[in-house]
Amino acid sequence: MSVVSARELTKIYDTEGVPVPALSDASFDIESGSFAAFVGPSGSGKSTLLNLVGCLDRPTKGQLTVVGEDVTGLGRDDGARFRGQHIGFIFQDFNLIPVLSAFENVEYPLLMLRDWSAKRRRARVEELLKAVELESFADKRPSQLSGGQKQRVAIARALVTGAKLVLADEPTANLDRETALRVIRLMKKMRDDLGTTFIFSTHDPKVMDAAELIFTLEDGKLKEDGGAA
Amino acid sequence: MMNILRIASRNLMRYRRRTLLTVSLISLGVMSVLIFVSVAGSFRQMMIGQITDAMLGHVQLHRRGYVASTDSLPLNLNIKAAEAKKIASILEKMPQVEAFSTRIKFGAMLSNYTETSNIRLTAVHPKQEQVTLPLLAGRIKGTEIQSLKRGHLLIPEILARGMKIKAGASVVLVATNRDGSVNGKSFRVAGIVEGLSGPGGRDGYLHIDDARELLRIKGAEITEVAIRIKDSTSLSQVVGALKKTFDVKKTAGKKNAAKKTANKQPDAKTSKGEKPGKLEVHSWRQLSPFSTIAKMIDLLTLFVQIMLVSIVLISVMNVMIMAVYERIREIGSIAAMGVRPRTILRLFLVEGLLLGSVGTIVGIVVSFLTVFALSASGFTFSFGRQQGLLLNPTMEPSTVAIVALGVMVVSALASLQPAIKASRMDPIEALRHV
Repeated sequence: MSVVSARELTKIYDTEGVPVPALSDASFDIESGSFAAFVGPSGSGKSTLLNLVGCLDRPTKGQLTVVGEDVTGLGRDDGARFRGQHIGFIFQDFNLIPVLSAFENVEYPLLMLRDWSAKRRRARVEELLKAVELESFADKRPSQLSGGQKQRVAIARALVTGAKLVLADEPTANLDRETALRVIRLMKKMRDDLGTTFIFSTHDPKVMDAAELIFTLEDGKLKEDGGAA
Repeated sequence: MMNILRIASRNLMRYRRRTLLTVSLISLGVMSVLIFVSVAGSFRQMMIGQITDAMLGHVQLHRRGYVASTDSLPLNLNIKAAEAKKIASILEKMPQVEAFSTRIKFGAMLSNYTETSNIRLTAVHPKQEQVTLPLLAGRIKGTEIQSLKRGHLLIPEILARGMKIKAGASVVLVATNRDGSVNGKSFRVAGIVEGLSGPGGRDGYLHIDDARELLRIKGAEITEVAIRIKDSTSLSQVVGALKKTFDVKKTAGKKNAAKKTANKQPDAKTSKGEKPGKLEVHSWRQLSPFSTIAKMIDLLTLFVQIMLVSIVLISVMNVMIMAVYERIREIGSIAAMGVRPRTILRLFLVEGLLLGSVGTIVGIVVSFLTVFALSASGFTFSFGRQQGLLLNPTMEPSTVAIVALGVMVVSALASLQPAIKASRMDPIEALRHV
């Protein structure tokens, strides 16, 4: 079953009246439980594609189905609701809240999106922190964590609401190679343990080797041979 | 909502110093208003109490034109006996009137056999005066107003000091009556009256029958009626009712009435079919210069309230604008997580409201303690010639509620613009923000 299905997905930005195509006629399917990567050089349209799949942006043309729902025309509010229910995000710069502990950062989406009891929240956060091997760092603030640890906290945060799909935009760009590979391995483990679909973008060849499904983008176009790992 | 509240308070605690500073500023503003309103209100009420309960009464009735020429204390503008009797019978039946006192006011020469000076006098029925002006007794040293007998005189403190007259001394009053003839009468000084600001504040007192004898007034004519009303907060309504009864007279010929009104009494306010009556009704506000001070206190209170609104508006708005600016990437992250725009709006609104609430609560508590301490310390002050006035400030629950509500509303308004900005932020742009 496809967790993401795109047909002739096109995104054209309007920059001061000049149309700038960022993505042209991209069609692809990603099955549930996949560990997929969008790869390509800077400006190839990876982030645009992730933004569209994550309902942060709307396509100019084409059709997009995510977790079985047509999200092509979702408005801002519906897009937010959809993301809150089904999608988790991991960012290149981690985007952790500096004044909150690792525990509180992971708990944050639950406080904002789920009406759970404190006990249930605590259990869930502890479960996720354990899964990313950071249970002993629960009280540490981001400034007290290494880059890899921060990204592990971000992974736990992305998964804490039980998202079916996690989108990671260049999740290893700010990490050294070894740490990057550890983070990728952790993401894969989480996929194996939880069955969550992971889609990430990267231009690091070593990282892209870890992907099971690779879509190569060039100048906003998905290459014909894309999809095979 | 509890989670939003928890996150909002946690967000505020991120910038402890800034939050503390803003809360302190709001508290200071709330304290300024509450303490000022309490102290100024207490001063105002005390002064009004002195004026209405120890000098003027709440309302006074005079013959038309008397108040305009009150400086010369004209006897020819007295209210005739028949009219005075009619007034008394009407006032006795009015439910809003607690008591009234009929008086004669006149000027005389006071002599202690070595010196002579001018004196303004109020001649009263002692028992009537006592119930109409319950605080008058507090101004008199040496005797009580209800025990003022014929042949006794209460002289103002300023004259007693100037002419070195003490209680028990013999003096002579010489007065000119309405016909221009002069008459004199000996009195014994029974007490000294403390001075008060305003008309009648430095008058001497004597029994009304002595005044009639001295002025050779036959019958029960009077100069004025001082009225005490049951509920001082309904002063305007009572004045309105008294004006309807005494100040205007219904006429049959509308044209004639209007013509006469325009010619004879250009300042009298009457409507169609009415003409000015023989009497005038004045509240203490129209008679006492303190009403201007009371208005100034009200204006100052308004000014302090505007200051509070400005303090809250600027400080909360400043903090919230800073908060939004500093947390653009965070707003992008939470929007990407799926937090809806209206929840983001609510989050920032709650942060602003929390600042206002904490500031208000701290301000109210500190104000309450300050007002309590001021009240307990028996703080006294002087106003003009009045010494040792006891300040008794109190915090009215309605004032506290209005100030608290005002701060809440202003805090919400001040947070609204930054909150709207945060909620409308494009998550992609916000995440790209450096």
